[in-house]
Amino acid sequence: MTRLRLIACALALLLPSSLLANPALDAVIAGNLDQIEQPSRRTVEPLVAQIAATGPEGLALLQAWADRNLGLADGRAVIVDGDDVTDAVTGAPVTATPQMLRPNSGVRGVIEQALVAGALTDPDPRRRAAALDSLARGGDAEQLTALRAALDDPDPTLAARKARMERLLTIQHDPDSAARVAAIEQMAGDVGLDFRGVLNPLLATQPLVAPEPPAGANVARELTPGSDALPREAALAQLVRQGLLQPPLSRADQRAALAANITDGAVGGVPVATLSDPAARDRAYEALEAAGAVPPAATETEAQAALEANRFYDIHVEPDAAVTEAAKAAQIRAQVRLGAMRGIDLGLDALSLASIYFLAAIGLAVTFGVMRVINMAHGEFIMMGAYTAYTVQTVIADRTLSLVVALPLAFAVTALAGVVLYRLVIRHLAHRPLETLLATFGVSIALQQLAKNIFGTQARPLTAPAWLEGSITINDVIGISSIRVAIFVLALLFLALFLFIMKRTRLGLEVRAVTQNPGMAASMGINPDRIAMMTFGLGSGIAGIAGVAIGLFAQVTSEIGQQYIVQSFMTVVVGGVGNIWGTLAGATLIGGLSKVIESFNPGNTLAAQTFMILFIIIFIQFRPRGIIPQKGRAAEV
Amino acid sequence: MTKLTKILMMTSALTLAHAAHAQTPEGEPIKIGVLHSLSGTMAISETTLKDTVLMLVEQQNAKGGVLGRPLEAVVVDPASDWPLFAEKARELLTVSEVDAIFGCWTSVSRKSVLPVIEELNGLLFYPVQYEGEESSKNVIYTGAAPNQQAIPAVDYMMEELGVESWALLGTDYVYPRTTNNILDAYLKDNGVAAEDIFVNYTPFGHSDWSRIVSDVVALGAGGKKVGVVSTINGDANVGFYKELAAAGVSADDIPVMAFSVGEEELSGLDTANLVGHLAAWNYFQTAESDVNTAFIEEWKAFTGDENRVTNDPMEATVIGFNAWVAAVEAAGTTDVDPVLEAIVGVEVPNLTGGTATVLPNHHITKPVLIGEIREDGQFDIVSQTEPVAGDAWTDFLPESAVLDADWPGKGCGMWNTETESCVQVQSNY
Amino acid sequence: MTRTPFILRNPSVLIVLAGLAVFTVAVTLLSQAYGTGAVPTSMVKVLGKTLCLALAAVAMDLVWGYLGILSLGQMAFFALGGYMIGQWLMYARTEGIVAAQLAQGPIPATAQELQDAVTNQIFGVVGASELPLVWSFAHSLTLQLILVLAVPGLLALVFGWLAFRSRVNGVYLSILTQAMTLALALWLFQNDSGFRGNNGLSGLQNLPGLDHVDQATLSVWFLWASAAALALFYALAAWLVSGKFGSVVRAIRDDETRVRFLGYPVEGFKLVVFTLAAMITAVAGALYYPQAGIINPAEMMPIASIYLAVWVAIGGRGRLYGAVIGAVVVSLLSSWFTGGRAPSIHLPGYVVNWVDWWQVALGLSFVLVTLYAPKGIAGVFDLFSRRGDRA
Repeated sequence: MTRLRLIACALALLLPSSLLANPALDAVIAGNLDQIEQPSRRTVEPLVAQIAATGPEGLALLQAWADRNLGLADGRAVIVDGDDVTDAVTGAPVTATPQMLRPNSGVRGVIEQALVAGALTDPDPRRRAAALDSLARGGDAEQLTALRAALDDPDPTLAARKARMERLLTIQHDPDSAARVAAIEQMAGDVGLDFRGVLNPLLATQPLVAPEPPAGANVARELTPGSDALPREAALAQLVRQGLLQPPLSRADQRAALAANITDGAVGGVPVATLSDPAARDRAYEALEAAGAVPPAATETEAQAALEANRFYDIHVEPDAAVTEAAKAAQIRAQVRLGAMRGIDLGLDALSLASIYFLAAIGLAVTFGVMRVINMAHGEFIMMGAYTAYTVQTVIADRTLSLVVALPLAFAVTALAGVVLYRLVIRHLAHRPLETLLATFGVSIALQQLAKNIFGTQARPLTAPAWLEGSITINDVIGISSIRVAIFVLALLFLALFLFIMKRTRLGLEVRAVTQNPGMAASMGINPDRIAMMTFGLGSGIAGIAGVAIGLFAQVTSEIGQQYIVQSFMTVVVGGVGNIWGTLAGATLIGGLSKVIESFNPGNTLAAQTFMILFIIIFIQFRPRGIIPQKGRAAEV
Repeated sequence: MTKLTKILMMTSALTLAHAAHAQTPEGEPIKIGVLHSLSGTMAISETTLKDTVLMLVEQQNAKGGVLGRPLEAVVVDPASDWPLFAEKARELLTVSEVDAIFGCWTSVSRKSVLPVIEELNGLLFYPVQYEGEESSKNVIYTGAAPNQQAIPAVDYMMEELGVESWALLGTDYVYPRTTNNILDAYLKDNGVAAEDIFVNYTPFGHSDWSRIVSDVVALGAGGKKVGVVSTINGDANVGFYKELAAAGVSADDIPVMAFSVGEEELSGLDTANLVGHLAAWNYFQTAESDVNTAFIEEWKAFTGDENRVTNDPMEATVIGFNAWVAAVEAAGTTDVDPVLEAIVGVEVPNLTGGTATVLPNHHITKPVLIGEIREDGQFDIVSQTEPVAGDAWTDFLPESAVLDADWPGKGCGMWNTETESCVQVQSNY
Repeated sequence: MTRTPFILRNPSVLIVLAGLAVFTVAVTLLSQAYGTGAVPTSMVKVLGKTLCLALAAVAMDLVWGYLGILSLGQMAFFALGGYMIGQWLMYARTEGIVAAQLAQGPIPATAQELQDAVTNQIFGVVGASELPLVWSFAHSLTLQLILVLAVPGLLALVFGWLAFRSRVNGVYLSILTQAMTLALALWLFQNDSGFRGNNGLSGLQNLPGLDHVDQATLSVWFLWASAAALALFYALAAWLVSGKFGSVVRAIRDDETRVRFLGYPVEGFKLVVFTLAAMITAVAGALYYPQAGIINPAEMMPIASIYLAVWVAIGGRGRLYGAVIGAVVVSLLSSWFTGGRAPSIHLPGYVVNWVDWWQVALGLSFVLVTLYAPKGIAGVFDLFSRRGDRA
């Protein structure tokens, strides 16, 4: 390394001075080439500091490094900007093809931290925003000073962010206790993730066992052994950990000790053959203890004595009691609001899931209402819609346009498929619902395999347009992705469309008539066969739309329909058939319930699903015809 | 066997004696079984491996076969149905009488095949990263054990990314469960508190990720750098990454390290929003070595598809196949026991420019690579270690820390180093 | 009512039983263990498993063909039967291995140590360290055999009682049975359920204490057991549906309300048939999984039960031999077509590979059978007998 540096210095001497805008930087680079090439987050910090200290060229180099625009050409660092390649030290153009450096994100974080102070006043607002992002990942006292100097900002949003960041850094790094407390009190009640991220570490505690109250420590609370907060076993384990109590003899240790002391087929006078009995083992061990062959095991009396001789504390890691007091108060103030916001967020998630189930189930509910048949291939219509959207996207590159084309096309394709299915299969099985179920199941597995043969089993990409990416966030707790909002709107649209068709059009009137009494409707001149076909087409078409929606936020595979079909059945059954409000109620209940159960047990999504289905089975016992049962003669069929 | 083939064999033996290295292999073919699902949910992953084996067989035959005899692949379809794996394995070993089997992907399929292979003394090459805690006499594990993927990846996140708060997300089956158990123990050994580890399991093909992603984001309230270790399997990743991107979670804020996301899985996604998230494997298509360049070319030529990608289990299949060929050549026979004896210590080149050695515990040495996702769905390799020896029994769980495997030396896959005795010769299944 | 013997009134039963006997003897004489070896052990296992599936189809036919309930959750009972016997198989085999190993130690093991070691062997794989409560009886074959019947029977009883009591029927009931099996499968998929999650129970083909018997012999024994079970329950089912009880059951299928008005306890009849069918299915499962070697929750996903219904439909529902024919024909065809043995069809410009197209063909054949041959394959027999089985 030193030799390298010497050579670098020699080279620097040889070079014309005009080329050497920054000899210090040149030396640093030359001396640390291997580390620049293979940096590690743990060790790169001094190097970054060294480079930063060399002046503007050094900072430019760091910026390029962090942006992955730095390369090496013939042992010299070069900055690549599009097609321009310039030497990082001299700024002279370089013709050699550089080998690009790819520092990992940990290293880039370190570099960006070093650039924060300067970037806070950068004329480019994006740089200033990036500097604030970087500060949010952790700042120090020095950066706090820099931030305070740069609080003025022409951009009001950034100015507000800077002010907030200043408060947060004050809480963490201001040497003055009063200033920290003031900052905490000022922000108390805030539910921002960043504020909570600052507050929680202040309240972190460590357990401590000591005979006397520890002097100078910031005690959070004292615990009584045997209470709920500190069960007796936990207290004993704590004593053992701090070396205040000898660890109890485990069964494995006892066994090992006995095995080591077998003499003439017996241990301590107890025959080996009888040692399958735990009591015999205890006797043997006691005998060995008495003979002094093994160390005496910890006894219950010792444990009790140790418990009585010591007191148990939780100690704040933060030494300043005033700060922890203020933090605790602030946390309590935020708790109620936080709970409410979490509830709202959960509600949004539930609403989103409900709208997806609703879209997936309307078609099923309609066909069931009119024809009393369950279409097992409904899930495959969902899949067909998703694949249609995928195919459209491969043809039309513009995502917004492709979505605009895909929605009606998916409707048309699946509606057509529905009509074909009706003409070829379902109408021939009129009044035989169980046979229809089986026949449509046959269609379902045939379609699924067909999709696999055409599109392959790999998931296909279906990407939302840019304006639907990202999310709508109220604050750090309440947020929902835009695509889910769009699906919600779509569900509302279809609800409205559906209500319009049913209540305001001739078709709707006829559908309602057939639903209520097919025989009477037929005698009034309505062709039930045509109505059934139309509703089947409509129901299938909506399934296609649901497919596009699901494909946008999840995966497009041949099994996508299977994922939703059972939930769709449940929605229909729980809601009650023949009434769109029933479907809506069913979807809301199932969507809401699954989210609530999931939030009780965030570690296990499978359990949540199991409980949901169990609930539905029980629910059906009490309302066998669903939440909104069908009334009138049709209900008897 | 007909009389005719016997005569053919004898004549071929004679010709072989005269021209030791005939260009075209002759004689009765050596059969190898290919036990990968060609239909059902696992078809997408496993079909690729079937094609890989077929390509290797073709290449080997062009090079003169093995022991001067041609290779013949017997392909069966266990259809992603676990009991069917056992049935087909028995068929391969007793009806087709194959000398080695290349197959299985999921752990449960391996566990289904194990008793049959051990009963009939077959030989299985298993090419997928798995949860460890196993070493069978009759299986060579060419995929990564946890210490060759999970542990180094977590080390990388701790050291290079500074992650302090962990979300372990997985699909609910044995590989994520065991891996997360090991990681949980490992992280606690490294001073991570229990409340800084969040674990979640979801069903296969899960699609509703909004709640889980917001739970992960909420971990940021602890004021520590959050990182995600994902053992989420297959399709479910699509929805997960989409939700992650929608929530505006960048790789700089919450890096996601995936153990089951490779080049194939990314082809089902728009990767623009995933740039910078990570994956840990022992091979990436972007690995720079001459063997890899040649392999990718051969693969594209074989499949006739310019856009076909290569992946880690394919490399493991290649290593397994070459190790078997080398061991058969060394043993001079295809009988299982001599081959097993010869295969320990066999050294074959891997595709990342190093070599893989078959160890006495029937695992192999592999370098650990960490890749960052690029816009084009490939990986930038940001870290590569020296070859690491695969550990059948993890050192981070108390029950298995004392266990070791040594074939054929001690003839035991579950050797208790404390009591110096063999716990059991057969595997757990 | 004349008092002709049951068998004479139902010649089809005699034919089926005779056919089964001939088949079993033939396979035995061709097996590797007891005969020429023309039928390899793997094939004997396939045939034995097919007999179990046929038994499950007979039970399905009782419920659907005779009682009119399209239960889409029958495989839940099948798999539960497998799980119950699997617990004993796994526990006892592991206990044998562990005990032999512990006996090598210097000190005899305590009961607790033995159990801990067994637990570690069985559950170490899925990361648990305590024996779940549901394994309390796993050490005893007798208790687990009782559970094979008791657990699925009780589940069917409770589920049926709840469902029939609130008059859930038709398509609703089908969906509800589907929900039941899905809930059960999802619950078992969790590692925490105590049944090893997705890994399920494995190594079931090795019978504890019978290590010296090779698989070739065991496979024939299981074939015998499966054939015997099929014969017994087939005869039982045929006897049940031929008498007055059967008439009432069929009447319930055709018009439940009228039968209720006539004063029959409809719910009681339904419950008896439903529970009995569940128990028969469980026996079939308990015989099936030791031959398959492994059981996991995927076995009871709703799709499996739908396939069972489809076999019965293709075979011809409402007649027991139809169910047997359907199960045997379709499951064997399935395994042949997906086995990669079926020759591909070379069309100009496209090669029809059966692995890819078998599912499509199968799906379309359901549609065709339901549309054009509602009596299924068994309908063919009507051409030979004048009367047919007026089921």
